[in-house]
Amino acid sequence: MSSRVEASGRDAILASLRRNAPPASPLPEAPAAIVYDDPEKQFAETFTSVGGRFVCVASLADIDAKLEKLEPYTQARKVASLIPGVGRTIAGVGRTNVDLAALKDPHELEGLDFAIIAGEFGVAENGAVWVAGSALGPQRAIFVVTQHLALVVPADQIVHNMHQAYDRIRFERPGFGLFISGPSKTADIEQALVIGAHGARSCALFLVG
Amino acid sequence: MIGHAEKAAPFAANEPRAHWHDQALWFVRLKRDRQAESIPEWEALREAAAAIKAHTLSRIADYLEEFERNAHANGIQVHWARDAAEHNAIVHRILADRGITRLVKSKSMLTEECHLNPYLEARGIEVTDTDLGERIVQLRHEPPSHIVLPAIHLKKEDIGELFHKELGTAKDASDPKYLTEAARAHLRQKFMAAQAGLTGVNFAIAETGGFVVCTNEGNADMGTSLPPVHIACMGFEKIVPRAKDLGVFLRLLARSATGQPVTTYTTHFHGPMRGGELHVVIVDNGRSAILGQETFRRSLSCIRCGACMNTCPVFRRSGGYSYGYIVPGPIGSLLAPLRDPSQFASLPFASSLCGSCSDVCPVSIDLHHELYAFRQKLVENKTVPLFKRMAMAVMTYVLARTWAYSLAGRLMRWTMPRLPRALVYGPWNPWGRQRELPPMPRQSFRDLMKHDLNNEEPK
Amino acid sequence: MPKVGLFIPCYVDQFYPQVGLATLRVLRSLGVEVEFPEEQTCCGQPMANSGCGEYARPLAEKFLKIFGKYDQVVAPSGSCVSMVRNHYAQWLEGWPNFDHLRTNTFELCEYLVDVVRVAKVEGDFPGKVGLHMSCHGLRELRLARSSELMVKPFNKVRFLLSQLQGIELVDLTRPDECCGFGGTFAVNEEAVSCLMGRDRIADHEKSGAEIITGFDASCLMHLEGLIRREKKQLRVMHVAEILERARLS
Repeated sequence: MSSRVEASGRDAILASLRRNAPPASPLPEAPAAIVYDDPEKQFAETFTSVGGRFVCVASLADIDAKLEKLEPYTQARKVASLIPGVGRTIAGVGRTNVDLAALKDPHELEGLDFAIIAGEFGVAENGAVWVAGSALGPQRAIFVVTQHLALVVPADQIVHNMHQAYDRIRFERPGFGLFISGPSKTADIEQALVIGAHGARSCALFLVG
Repeated sequence: MIGHAEKAAPFAANEPRAHWHDQALWFVRLKRDRQAESIPEWEALREAAAAIKAHTLSRIADYLEEFERNAHANGIQVHWARDAAEHNAIVHRILADRGITRLVKSKSMLTEECHLNPYLEARGIEVTDTDLGERIVQLRHEPPSHIVLPAIHLKKEDIGELFHKELGTAKDASDPKYLTEAARAHLRQKFMAAQAGLTGVNFAIAETGGFVVCTNEGNADMGTSLPPVHIACMGFEKIVPRAKDLGVFLRLLARSATGQPVTTYTTHFHGPMRGGELHVVIVDNGRSAILGQETFRRSLSCIRCGACMNTCPVFRRSGGYSYGYIVPGPIGSLLAPLRDPSQFASLPFASSLCGSCSDVCPVSIDLHHELYAFRQKLVENKTVPLFKRMAMAVMTYVLARTWAYSLAGRLMRWTMPRLPRALVYGPWNPWGRQRELPPMPRQSFRDLMKHDLNNEEPK
Repeated sequence: MPKVGLFIPCYVDQFYPQVGLATLRVLRSLGVEVEFPEEQTCCGQPMANSGCGEYARPLAEKFLKIFGKYDQVVAPSGSCVSMVRNHYAQWLEGWPNFDHLRTNTFELCEYLVDVVRVAKVEGDFPGKVGLHMSCHGLRELRLARSSELMVKPFNKVRFLLSQLQGIELVDLTRPDECCGFGGTFAVNEEAVSCLMGRDRIADHEKSGAEIITGFDASCLMHLEGLIRREKKQLRVMHVAEILERARLS
């Protein structure tokens, strides 16, 4: 279809919308929303209830030891970390062995077993973590192609609800960003919940601080 | 014309299967209740969502232009399609111009409405639906029966049989985990080989020129982060004014749809991948005509959550296929006849008007009131059969005249008990197929009141 | 002393006169001055429900002519009252007395609770009773909180019945699912209607109910029709029939 046809399509649609416009009505603000006595606890509970694995650590340096307790990590043959200093064994021998910068194409991510990504903040009401595109490195597909995922979030960055979440997100434009809440899943077969659909089969979250 | 009642009867007649379908969906309704209970401001959120949609619809052209400006600034190409034919042609052109023959798709009711899949397939493009439920029905060559739970009408044994035939899974295997794993492997191949990904749009943001796609499976993310070309199709009513308005809708959507606090992935697209392209196709296809109808325009607020289907006692016992439209249930019973009144004339009557749908709708659409109003529209336009209208005319004639009503009542109560049972409960009596008629007392209430006035003291 | 017009739905008049009598007795026992205008026939719901609005119009006009002169109108039916309060405006907006009629037509239970302000219901009614919350009364007249709505729970009907000595209001699995009557729906979609009705009955049975009660005789007519066809042991009673055995104050 030529762009001239499309332009007239656009004009026709906009004209039709203006012709049929309902009477004006005001744009409301969101109602006062739930806040929790202990947002970190609420976040942990909700994240766990959606199939995620929640771990508290005092500092970034403590993550490796906890990772070594996770079967998906210890069994992983290809590991990528987007957080400097995270993802090395206590002995200092690097387990991360995928050089993300060297990948020319997202398809080369196939076979990645474990990815470690930074989350900007968490949302207590639904266990969601905001991951900005810039935290995903050169190949944004990493969060969904990886077989297993670990998110690292600062403990003082838990907001109570989605309204507070949108108050603080600054969209990179052009850009990409998403909320991740646990591992991928489906219940399309007889409503039986299966964890691990097309994306990550497991999702661990390290709350730091 | 075969309508809902004719298709629903065999579904309901298979009682074990109907009960199984009913229970499965009632369970989702209960999960929705539990989530809604946990949000003290739930009803206020529903009100806010309705108000945001009403406001947006009143200025929708302005918001769409704002969206287009901001989307362009993000490097997104924006297309406009007046109808399904233009939509399909636009999508095809984008693919054909780039020599693309392998497309992966995540859920989009709009593309079903436009019959995009067969259009592309006829032109040599392989289209793979990647949502597990949609892939299942695609392999079975049948439409989805529910907008959120496409394969809810199938048992795991049905799916096991299908996957054995199509994916080579073990015969008689029906464990959901095993079958899902097989689908994961099979679809990953498709993702890896795809040259373009097509998604729907849950919400488009005028203020920032971006849009949001929500999934649990990650199929939309996989399909749009591997191939370099992403096409997103949206009805114009998906637009919201500001990013902060997403807070209201995203708190309502998954809780209403599946009883989860949020979907696993809530992905915000504000531009193409590095080295890639991002296209948005804005579609009218009859929606602006609905916008102009005061009684029915609130149906455009629909965020396609499916809660109305899960709660509808009729949907649960008749199944999505009895509606004959891509969006079934209460909202479908409005959207379908709005599109084609004569083809879908039975749908507004496929309801007991119980009102449960209106009470669960996250954007507070007055569904059952609109269904009631639509019945009147169908009669006014003579889309309801003549004999039904004549029957009502006769009833009104009688009921408008007290003497005629009294006489008719007396005749009925006198005659019915004296007729042979086989005659009373003959094929002319649909009430009597599975039910006894009400009692036929010798005296009506007004007969008794005559006694009261004559013989009894009022107090 | 307000003069109350007794509005008896056509199917109550013809098939369940005892429900009309019970309603009359309950109101009189509270000293309400009740009159039954015998010119009344039908509120027009079957026509309106079928989309034949123009055939409902003459019935709405007749209703206003008959009931417009009363201070209040009371009926043992949620759906018929909803018709007057929520749907008559289409034909009667602006007519003299209509506004008063629309805001002063009540279903029996809400009349007792909200207008008469019955505080005490005394008497015996031993037995396991299942309460069927008919949809129009529930979601149009808001006689109780519907299970979908996240607001403070309340139930005007339960308030009246639960005070009876010995009564056990059973807990249903689905407290307010539609019985499937739906007016003309019962005939047009007979298969689904009856499956819905049988499922309601099964819920009451499983919950131990010996009697099913409700405030809309139309729903009860449908459920009783199914019960009697299957020769089940359940009894069906309108709430008015239960309340007429009690002392209200």
